[in-house]
Amino acid sequence: MNLPLTSQIINLLAAIMLLLSFAMLTQRRILSLINLFALQGLTLTLSTLVVAWSTGQDHLYYSAALTFALKVLILPWVLHRLIRKLSVKWDVETLINIPTTMLVGIVLVILAFNVALPISQLAGTITKSTLGIALACVLLAFLTMITRSKAVPQVIGFLAMENGLFFAATSATYGMPMVVEFGIALDVMVGMVILGVFFFQIRERFDSLDIRHLEKLKEE
Amino acid sequence: MPESGSALQLILGVILLWLALGLAGVFFPRNLHLVSRVLFPVGALGALVLATAALDALGGDTQSLVLPLGLPDLPFHLRLDPLSAFFLLLLGAVTAGISVFAAGYFRKGEGTPPGLQCLYYHVFIASMALVLLADDAYGFMVFWETMALSSYFLVTSDHAKAEIRRAGFLYLLIAHVGAIGILLCFGLLHGTGDYTFDNMREVQLAPFWATIAFALALFGFGAKAGMLPLHVWLPEAHPAAPSPVSALMSAVMLKTAIYGLLRVLFDLLHVQVWWWGVVILVLGLATALYGVIFSAVQSDMKRLLAYSSIENIGFILVGVGLTVIFQSYGMRALAALALTATLYHCINHAYFKSLLFLATGSVLHATHERALGKLGGLIHRMPWVAWLALVGTLAIAGLPPLNGFVSEWLLLQAFLFTPNLPHPYLNMLIPVAAAAVALAAALAGYVMVKFYGVVFLGQPREERLKEARDAGLLERAGLVWLAAGCIALGVAPVSVIGFIDSVTSQLLGKTLGASATGWMFLTPISPARASYAPFLFLLVILAVWLATWLAVRRFYHGRVRRAPPWDCGFPAQTARMQDTAEGFGQPIRQVFEPFFRMQRELPTPFDATPRYRVSVEDNLWYWLYLPLARVTEALTRVVTLLQRGRISVYLMYSFVTLLILLLFVR
Repeated sequence: MNLPLTSQIINLLAAIMLLLSFAMLTQRRILSLINLFALQGLTLTLSTLVVAWSTGQDHLYYSAALTFALKVLILPWVLHRLIRKLSVKWDVETLINIPTTMLVGIVLVILAFNVALPISQLAGTITKSTLGIALACVLLAFLTMITRSKAVPQVIGFLAMENGLFFAATSATYGMPMVVEFGIALDVMVGMVILGVFFFQIRERFDSLDIRHLEKLKEE
Repeated sequence: MPESGSALQLILGVILLWLALGLAGVFFPRNLHLVSRVLFPVGALGALVLATAALDALGGDTQSLVLPLGLPDLPFHLRLDPLSAFFLLLLGAVTAGISVFAAGYFRKGEGTPPGLQCLYYHVFIASMALVLLADDAYGFMVFWETMALSSYFLVTSDHAKAEIRRAGFLYLLIAHVGAIGILLCFGLLHGTGDYTFDNMREVQLAPFWATIAFALALFGFGAKAGMLPLHVWLPEAHPAAPSPVSALMSAVMLKTAIYGLLRVLFDLLHVQVWWWGVVILVLGLATALYGVIFSAVQSDMKRLLAYSSIENIGFILVGVGLTVIFQSYGMRALAALALTATLYHCINHAYFKSLLFLATGSVLHATHERALGKLGGLIHRMPWVAWLALVGTLAIAGLPPLNGFVSEWLLLQAFLFTPNLPHPYLNMLIPVAAAAVALAAALAGYVMVKFYGVVFLGQPREERLKEARDAGLLERAGLVWLAAGCIALGVAPVSVIGFIDSVTSQLLGKTLGASATGWMFLTPISPARASYAPFLFLLVILAVWLATWLAVRRFYHGRVRRAPPWDCGFPAQTARMQDTAEGFGQPIRQVFEPFFRMQRELPTPFDATPRYRVSVEDNLWYWLYLPLARVTEALTRVVTLLQRGRISVYLMYSFVTLLILLLFVR
C-alpha cells in the first residue's frame, strides 16, 4: 500500500467525515450538534482544497471558499442565533435509543460501501476510494433526521446530508459545474431562511418545537 | 379578405388579440364600462375576422407553422387544414354573436367581477381555437387542459352557491378522466416516433392496438362531448354557468370533442373497422334518446336545453358512426353524405343552441327565474327575445325551411342507403336505428313546444313577471346575428355544403358534389331519389303568409281588435290553470318510466295547503357513478393508512425507498 501523500490526506479527511457523521448521529445536545456540523464543514473544505491542489482544478478553490463561508461561518452562526432566540439549547431526546441507532448506522455504512464498490472501480479519480464514505455520510445524515423528534436537529441532519452529497460530488467527478454549486448553495441558504421562519411559527402555535405536535394536522 | 397564405397568421393574430383583451380585463376587474363597451365588442370583431380567415382557408391549401414556444425540443406545431378551418369557422361565427351578447350580459355583483369573467372568457375561446389548430399531441393536450380549466372557472363564476361548486367539481373531474383517455390514445398512436401528428399519420398500428386507440379516443372525447355513460356533468355544468358561457360550452366546446374524434378516426388512424362504426352508432342513438327523454321531463329551462344538447351530440355521433361504417366498406359517396350531415349538424347545433341559451339568459335577467313553473306569457313583455327564440325553437325542432331540418334530412337520407351494405345483419338492423333517430327527432319537437309554450306563451304565472323588460340593444344584436345564421344555413344549404366538401375530400377523398344541380336544389345522391329546395319552401311560406294577411286586410274587417280570449263559459280563469311544464311532460314520464328514478309526493284531497312534488333522477347515477365513487373511497381509505402525520415516518418512507433503489440498481 503505497499511496501518494495527497491521497492519504484525502482518505484521512474522509475518515474524519465519517467519524463526525457518527458523532452527529449520537449527539443529544443541540449546541454540540451545531459545532459538529461546523467541524464537518471545515473537513469538507480541507478535503476540497487538497483535491484542488493535487489535481490543479481551479474551480474547486472557489467551491472550497464557498463551502467555508456557507457551512463553517454563516449557517452555524444562524443556527446558534436561532437556538438562542428559541432557547432550546438543552433539548435532548431521540426516538430510538442511541446504541440501537449506532448499530443501524454500522449496517448502513457496510451497505454504502458495498453499493459504491462497482462505481469506485470504474472511476479514475484519485479520490475514488472515498465514494463509499460519502454515500455513508448521506445515509447517516438521513438517519439523523429520522431519529430526531425536534425541528432544529432535523434541519441540521438535512444540512449534513447536503455535506455528504457535496463530498460525493468531489470524490466521484472532482465537483459539479460551478453553476450547479452556486445553485445548491443558494438553495441551502433559502431553505435555511424558510425553515427559520417555520421554527418560529411552530413554536408560536404549539409552544414547543416538538414536531410530534404536527401529528394533529392529519386528516380526521 | 386576406391572402390565402396569411390565414394562419391572421388567426394567430386574433388569438393574441383575445389574450390581450383578457389581460386588459385583469387590470381593470371592476370597470364594467370598459369590459362591456370595449373589450367584448372588440373580441366579437376578432371572432368575425377569425371566421373570415377560416372561410378563406377552407378552400385553400394546408398551412403549418412551428411556434417557438413550449418545452425545449418540443415546440408547438400548428396546422390549418380544411377540417380545422371548418371548426374554426364555426367557432368564429358563433362566438361573434355570443360575445356581442355577453357585452350586454355580464353585470356587477353577479359572482366573479366582470374583468375576470372577461379574462376567463377570452382565454377559453383562444384555447379552443388553439386546440383546433394544434398539430402535435403535446400542444393539443396543453390547449385542451387550458380549455377545461378556463371553462371550469367560468362555470363556477357564481361560486358562493354550494350546488354550483359541486357542478363545477363534477365537470372538472370528468374532464380530467376524459383527458387521461386522450393522452393514452396519443401515447398509442405515436408508435416509436415523436409526438407530432405528422408522425402519427405515418405510423401503422396493428389492428388490436388500433382498436384500443379508437376506444380510448371515443372514451376521452366522448367524456367531453357528453356521450351516454359520461354525460352526467353536462346537465349540471350548463345550468350553473352564466348564459353566454353555457352557450359557448354547448355550441363550441362540445364540437371540439367531435373535432378531436374526427381527427383521430379519419386523419391519424390509418384504418377504420366496420364495427367501430356500429359502436359509435349505438352509443350515439342511446345518447340521443336518453337526452331527449330527459329533456322532456325537466322543469328548469337551462337543464332542459342541456339535455337537448346531449340529444344533439347523439345525432352527431350517429352521423360519425354511419360515416365509419360506409367508409370501411369503401362506399365513399355515402360516407361523404353521412359526414356532410354530421358536420352540417355541428354548425346548426352551434347556431340554434347558442341562440336558445342566450335567450334563456335574457329571460333570467329580466325575471330572475329559471324554473319553468314560474314563467309564462313573456312574448308580450319581451317581444324581441321571444320572436328570436321562436326562430331557434323552430330550427331545433327540425322544421323547414330552417337549418335543423337540412341536417336531419341529410342524416335520414344517409340511413336510407344502409340496405346497400354488404353485411347481412347490418343492412337489416340499421334501418331500425333510423326509426329511433326519427323518434328522437320527433320528441325533440315535442320538447321544444314545451320550452317555448311554457316560457313565452300563455299567461304570466307570477305577478312580478309583468314587470319584465326586453333585452338591451347589445343582447338583441347578438340574438339577431345567431337567428340570421339559422335562417341563412337553412335557406342556402348548397353553398354551405360547398364549404363542407373540402373537409370531406380531405378526410374521405370524396365529396358530395351537391352543387351539380344548381344552387336552389339540394340533391344528395341523385335527383330521382330525393331533393329539397329550401328557398322555394321559404318563398311559398312567405307567399301564403302574405296572401293571408292581404286577404284579412282586404276582405275582413281590416283592423286589429284586441279582445279577451274565449273562456269556455268560465270567466274566473287564472294563470295557474294553464298547462304546466310537469303536466306537459307527464305522458313522456309515463311512457318511458323505466328510464327514470322518480319520487313523487301527492297531496291528499283534504290537505289545506296541497303540495305536489316530483323529482326525476338519472338511473345511471345510481347504477354506475355511485358504486364507482364507493370503490374509489374504499381504495382511498387504504391509501390513507400511509398517512401517519409523523415526519419521522415520512422520512422513513423516503429512506427505505432510497435503500431499496440503491440495492436494486446494483
